[in-house]
Parts: sequence; structure tokens; C-alpha cells
Amino acid sequence: MKSRYSIFSLLRNALSYHENWPEAWRSPEPKPSYDVVIIGGGGHGLATAYYLAKEHGITNVAVIERGWLGGGNTGRNTTIVRSNYLWDESAHLYEHSLKLWEGLTRELNYNVMFSQRGVMNLAHSQHDLRELGRRIAANRLNGVDSEFLTPRQVKQFCPIIDLREGGRYPVLGASLQRRGGTARHDAIAWGYARAADALGVDIIQECPVEGFRIEKGRVRAVETAKGTIEAGKVALAVAGHSSVLAELAGFRLPIVCHPLQALVSEPVKPVIDCVVMSNAVHAYISQSDKGDLVIGAGVDRYIGYSQSGGLPVTEETLAAICELFPLFRRMRMMRCWGGTVDTCPDASPIVSKTPVEGMYINGGWGTGGFKSTPGSGWVYAHTIAHDEPHPLNAAFKLDRFTTGYLIDEHGAAAVAH
Amino acid sequence: MLLIPCPYCGPREETEFSYGGEAHIERPKQPEALSDEAWADYLFMTSNTKGVFLERWVHSHGCRRWFNAARDTLTNEVLAVYEMGDKPPKLEKRTYV
Repeated sequence: MKSRYSIFSLLRNALSYHENWPEAWRSPEPKPSYDVVIIGGGGHGLATAYYLAKEHGITNVAVIERGWLGGGNTGRNTTIVRSNYLWDESAHLYEHSLKLWEGLTRELNYNVMFSQRGVMNLAHSQHDLRELGRRIAANRLNGVDSEFLTPRQVKQFCPIIDLREGGRYPVLGASLQRRGGTARHDAIAWGYARAADALGVDIIQECPVEGFRIEKGRVRAVETAKGTIEAGKVALAVAGHSSVLAELAGFRLPIVCHPLQALVSEPVKPVIDCVVMSNAVHAYISQSDKGDLVIGAGVDRYIGYSQSGGLPVTEETLAAICELFPLFRRMRMMRCWGGTVDTCPDASPIVSKTPVEGMYINGGWGTGGFKSTPGSGWVYAHTIAHDEPHPLNAAFKLDRFTTGYLIDEHGAAAVAH
Repeated sequence: MLLIPCPYCGPREETEFSYGGEAHIERPKQPEALSDEAWADYLFMTSNTKGVFLERWVHSHGCRRWFNAARDTLTNEVLAVYEMGDKPPKLEKRTYV
């Protein structure tokens, strides 16, 4: 068992100039075989490993990662956490995730810096306003906290917003989820990695997958750069590469990958203490603890794995941000980057068995991946352990595209794209 | 930003174009004869290739004509453009892990 992080361990290590902190997780060579091999060492994969070990007692597990932990979409998002989704299936799944977030720092003994500062979604037109009213009502019926704010209340909640009349994006109202907020993106990967490692999970980095050994429709082993690893079950958690690995395994997915961009400004003093999202104009903004504004954009329309996008998209986003927050007009942007988002036709994820026996898929989260990390890992671990989905993810099957049972969150879920 | 060589107008900026997704997906001749799986495959499943991908674009703010392009989805190089209805050119396959 690892030493716990606490105020005392902090003080003790301060005395030795922080040079004697133990490693947070081991870096073992892969064993020849595991009960479960999870592909993808981002938040979802590591959370899955943790819940497999903790909730289901399956500890002979490896997480294999092509690069470094949390180096994909986990480290590339805008860290917003909320659960105000329209449809019952999504609301239940994301709300379960939000509840896990609320206890996560304590459970993992790792500060994930979850800050429930409130997420506000703006309405700029009569149509937006009606959509918003519908979503708030649906959220409340599902036990998700959600409230309506008039423009005056919007101004009270976020004083720096410009509500003078005549702007290009007038604010007619907003929905507010007070339990929503932000968290630290790296911490979620590192926290789950440390906790999973303590329960016996092997975390193997720099180990890209090259193929699968599939016999009579059942997966037997994973071919990797570090040799063949036999596996009782194989779980994909590789959002951004789901189609690539599915092709290696011989099945097709309804997923397309788009670049999704984000950017941060120079750090400034605290100026905005909530998350503001504008669905209609593809812009969302919050301020990190470091002081930089974290701004998210819309997706680039074409399929792309480049982890970068075009300037026209960021230009549109920043135009909207400047319109809503004129005081940011002279802020300098320090960095911009892109992630690769898996997108399903109905903008809902797939957490499911696959046509290959013993192989599971968790992907297609689109823009909802970060907030869902704990809940996704939790239901995915259940799906793998029991070889059938938990009621919370039963609807998110791969075969919903055959049966027609789509969960259409496009434009419904307060998502910006 | 992509620089896309429209086969009719020459190289133009990405903002002049709209995206049409994967190319060469043929609508089944007899949809009513298909199984649900085959219909779902036509309707929803995509190649989503990492590497050389055949896709459709339309020059919305130019000649307004559709065409096909072969683009590397990792490096964003446009390797070839060709007219709708043409067969794709022979290109070296690129595989990325």
C-alpha cells in the first residue's frame, strides 16, 4: 500500500526538499497474460481499471498506453463538468458521473481540484430560450439541478458579461447548473492511475497496439510494441482512435473524428468565477486556478487526426467571446491546440460489447468525454466484469444504430456543437 | 487552415468550401431488400480513416461544384482531387499507429 497524501506527508517531505516523494505508480514490464487488458491510458481507461479492481475485485489488469498517461484528450479538453443533458439516458449517466466527481478527491486521496463553480448556458434567441426551458424541465424531472436565470440574474451571477442592448449576441436568459464546474484534467488521470496501481493494476506506457489475435470470433491476445499480451478480455478506451483499433479488430463504427480546438490566454487576476457556455455561438469560457482564461471552440468540420485545427474556427469563437466579454478584447492568447473527438451520429457515446467476443468498446463521447470520466469508467468496468451493461449504459449499445434507438443529444444537450 | 485545390478554380482557402464527408458511398439499389444491419452499415458506419481518406467537398463560395479529394487526415496534405464519378487515383497507402 502506498503512503497516503496528507498535510503531514506534505510537511514531512518539505523537510527533505521534496526529493523523497515515492513514485505515484510503478512502471512494470507487461506480464505474458492478464484477465483484462485495457487499451488507452487516459482518464476513461484508468478509471475503468480502478473500478474493475475496486468494485469487481478484478486486479489482474493491465492498462496499455501508446504515449504517456493522459496525453490524449484527457489533457486537451477545457475541463468542464456538468450533467444537464436532455434525454433520460444521458442525464442519468452524466449525473452518476457528477456524483462520483463530488467524492473523488477523497476517494482517490488525490486532489482533482473539482470546483463546483456553476455552469451557465446562455440563450441568445427566442428559440434558444424555449430549448433551454425544455431542457431545464427535463433536467429537474431527472433529479439534475438546473435553474433558469433572467438576464438580470445572469448579470448578477457573472458581472463581467456585457448585456447592453444592441449586441450581436443578446442574452435573453440562461440555464444554470450550480453543481457543475471544472476540475484539473491531469489530476484525474494521475489520481486514477495511482489508485489503480495501488490495487495491483499494471500501467504500461509507450506501448502502442499493433494488432489483435482473434480466434473463432473471440479475442485472445493483443499484439503490442512490447510483445504479445494474452488477454481474457480486451477493453478499448481510445477515444480519438476508436475506428483505427476497431479496423484492426475487423469491425466498423459509426464514429467520425474531428479536431476540436481550445486555447488559453495569458494569466490574469481572478475575473470570472463561473463557467459560461454559449451553445449557439460555439464558445465557452472559464478561468483556471493559474489565472488563464480557458476557452473552447467548435469542431472543425472535416475528419481529422491532426490534433490541431484551422484558425477560422478559433476566430469565430474569439469573436463571440469578445462580443460577450468586451473587457477581454485586448487579452493575448498564449497557446491553442486541438484534440481529436470521436463523434457519433446522435452525439451520444458507445459503451458496449462489440461483434468480437471478449472485446468491449468505450468511445464516441464527442465533446462529453472529460465530464463523464468517473461515470464512464464505472459503468464500463461493470460491463466488462459482468459481460453485460449496467442499466445506466444499457441504452448506449453499439447496435442502437441497427435498432434505431438513438439518443439524439445533438443540439439538445447544451453542447456547443 | 487547409489550402484546397479546387479542380475547377485552383487552390483556395478552406473557408470557401463545405465538407461532404466520406466519398464513394453508394446508396443501395434496393433499400427495402436490405437487412437492418446492412442498412445501418450504409447509413451510419464510416471508415473514419487515419491516413489517406477519400472525401467530398463543395466549393460553396466559388464555382459551387462538388468534387472528390484524397487527403491525409493526420498531416492534412491534399494528395489529389478528382471529379465526381471518377475512380479514385492510385495512391500509396499510409498507415499510422
